[in-house]
Amino acid sequence: MANVVLVTGVSGVLGGLMARTLSNDPQLERVIGVDAVPPLHDMGRAQFVRADIRNPMIGKILSQERVDTVLHLGVLATSRQAGSRSSQKEINVIGTMQLLAACQKADTLERLVAKSSSTVYGSSPRDPAMFTEEMTAKRGALGGLGKDSVDIETYIRGFARRSPGVDVCMLRTASIIGPGLRTALSDYFSLPALPVPLGFDGRFQLLGLVDAAAALRLAVHGQVTGIVNVAGDGMLTIRQAARLARLRTIPVVAQSAPLVQQTARYLGWGQFDAEQMDFLCFGRGIDTTRMRVDLGLEPTMTTREVFEDAFRNGPARGLLDAVTGGSRA
Amino acid sequence: MPEDQSKSRPARKTAARKATVKKTERPTPGRNGSESTRVSGRAKADTPAGQTSTASRKRPPRSAFTQPSRTAPERALRVVPDPVVGESGPAAPARIQDQPVIPGLPGMTIEAAVNAAVWMLRAAGSAAGLEGAELERRVAQTLAFVRRRLTGDYDIDDFGFDADFTEEVWLPLLRPLYQHWFRVEVRGIENIPDDQGALVVANHSGSVPIDGLMTQVAIHDAHRRHRYVRSLGADLVFQSPLVGSLARKAGATLAANPDAERLLASGELTMVFPEGFKGIGKPFGERYRLQRFGRGGFVTAALRAGAPIIPCSIVGAEEIFPMMGNAKGLARMLGFPYFPITPTFPLLGPLGAIPLPSKWIIEFGEPIETASYGVAAAEDPMVVLELSDQVRETIQQTLYSLLSRRRSVFF
Repeated sequence: MANVVLVTGVSGVLGGLMARTLSNDPQLERVIGVDAVPPLHDMGRAQFVRADIRNPMIGKILSQERVDTVLHLGVLATSRQAGSRSSQKEINVIGTMQLLAACQKADTLERLVAKSSSTVYGSSPRDPAMFTEEMTAKRGALGGLGKDSVDIETYIRGFARRSPGVDVCMLRTASIIGPGLRTALSDYFSLPALPVPLGFDGRFQLLGLVDAAAALRLAVHGQVTGIVNVAGDGMLTIRQAARLARLRTIPVVAQSAPLVQQTARYLGWGQFDAEQMDFLCFGRGIDTTRMRVDLGLEPTMTTREVFEDAFRNGPARGLLDAVTGGSRA
Repeated sequence: MPEDQSKSRPARKTAARKATVKKTERPTPGRNGSESTRVSGRAKADTPAGQTSTASRKRPPRSAFTQPSRTAPERALRVVPDPVVGESGPAAPARIQDQPVIPGLPGMTIEAAVNAAVWMLRAAGSAAGLEGAELERRVAQTLAFVRRRLTGDYDIDDFGFDADFTEEVWLPLLRPLYQHWFRVEVRGIENIPDDQGALVVANHSGSVPIDGLMTQVAIHDAHRRHRYVRSLGADLVFQSPLVGSLARKAGATLAANPDAERLLASGELTMVFPEGFKGIGKPFGERYRLQRFGRGGFVTAALRAGAPIIPCSIVGAEEIFPMMGNAKGLARMLGFPYFPITPTFPLLGPLGAIPLPSKWIIEFGEPIETASYGVAAAEDPMVVLELSDQVRETIQQTLYSLLSRRRSVFF
């Protein structure tokens, strides 16, 4: 049973929310939040320790505070949060490696919960309609969060093998959408006009921030181990979503994605991630049977509700303003 | 169209009252030269919609945009227009720039475009022999559909199947081909269950997979519950632009065991062509001779779900594009499994894409029960191959008997 929880990445939106949620939990004795940068938001009762998980100091915290559960959320979804793709990768992959090395030495540790992403399944025309947890990508992610998530999962699986005494649970979440949260998909829907692949219309699922927090909370307290897919019910296609948000679409040839990325940046439209193109073409669905049966989560919001909530009124301006303080025109 | 001068003032006022202000304006120096004078547009409600649209197209729109505030008095839009003094046209002008305008067509308001579309729908409906309330109902139904599509207000299922699109666009598009071109005759539709899952297994032929589309219409139209059939397609389908996303919307998904089992487990009527490209791309000389059924993956899926297998024999599809040759080099270059050469293609160019109007018969055979074998039988190659052979034999025999009774290819 969780008693002392260490949460990494608490300066992120999800990390901060989890620190607050868990610190209000009477079952827990203490919640320690760790991040390389201090959080700008309220952390509740949680105690913040400024530490980079890439630094061996994290091991000391684990043993001194007698942490029994680690909730690893220190994974950045987009490269802009880190400054560049290489530092994103550094924080995501090297950070996880260091954290796992520290976890392996900590003898009080009983449980590790990590947030992975459904991007590990990739996107290809040979994909099944819905990926279950035991399936692997037909065409793996080429870069960005997808590739990092694959690497992170490999290290976590290795850790689980080497430390049989620690229960490991990984949640592969669909793209999480919530106020202030930036993902590649929310960046995409924040563009003034959406480049859509000509002749393709990928399907996607979303997960509301509240449901993501509920899933992580259940994973921290529960007994479930292994991989669990987490997503809201129902699906949307890219074009349907554009119509729901009243966004204009610009059909582009799928192969021209890098060009579109550069053009979007040149025109100052915002971020279009070329690696997303496969996803926009073929989309992805994940099966959430384990989420319901093993984790015991009933999402409160469907994919469409999450989307409409975030993008219906003035496409994502609210989201962007929450991040940039409304500086964007 | 009623002329401005011929209209009496009170009549126009009521008309304007009926329509919330929807006026067009144009400066008409030719009429009396004064700049303040303008001929007000007409309220749209009292004229037929199609005429309104022509009216709005006739007027020179750009000038209305360049000098809007000078010509139009400052006034909020209201239901009853204010009286305007010194105007040849009696009713008040409303400013066109207040209305949403279609980009690229400056003079064309969305309102006018919609009215034009409604008028065209009515015209098309009456041309198709619809009248009165039925016509109005159909027009309203179509408009509601367009609204749902434009606002994204529709649902897709886990496989990307879009029932709204299939019902309103996809099947109506295929129906003329089904009813008038191939004149499809359906037999044994009672073998399709009313609501449980079942696996329809059919022969594949005709160079282009039109047989799948026709069977989809056949099951939807002939079955008393109007069931949607969910086809399993090759990955090439989902790689191809447009084709892939259309196929998903119309209910197809990847021909792989996870998807087939998921469909059957959720009680869907699933259709598969086990011959795949071997069947559809075979030379005309081998018509109606079933190709290999592969490893019987479809049987495994049916066994796992305990769903019955319904053999389906399609006669007529072989003759739509008789494949005389196969340009293998070209096919390999383009990444196709075959490149058909038919008597008309590529000789006649695009005309070669018109299928020959053969007469089709689709016969659904008696369901072959699989539930009694148990789920474990899915792992037993003996059972799987035996069932696969049984299905193949049934289809082949039905094809022969249908062919022997067929009078001619085209009638």
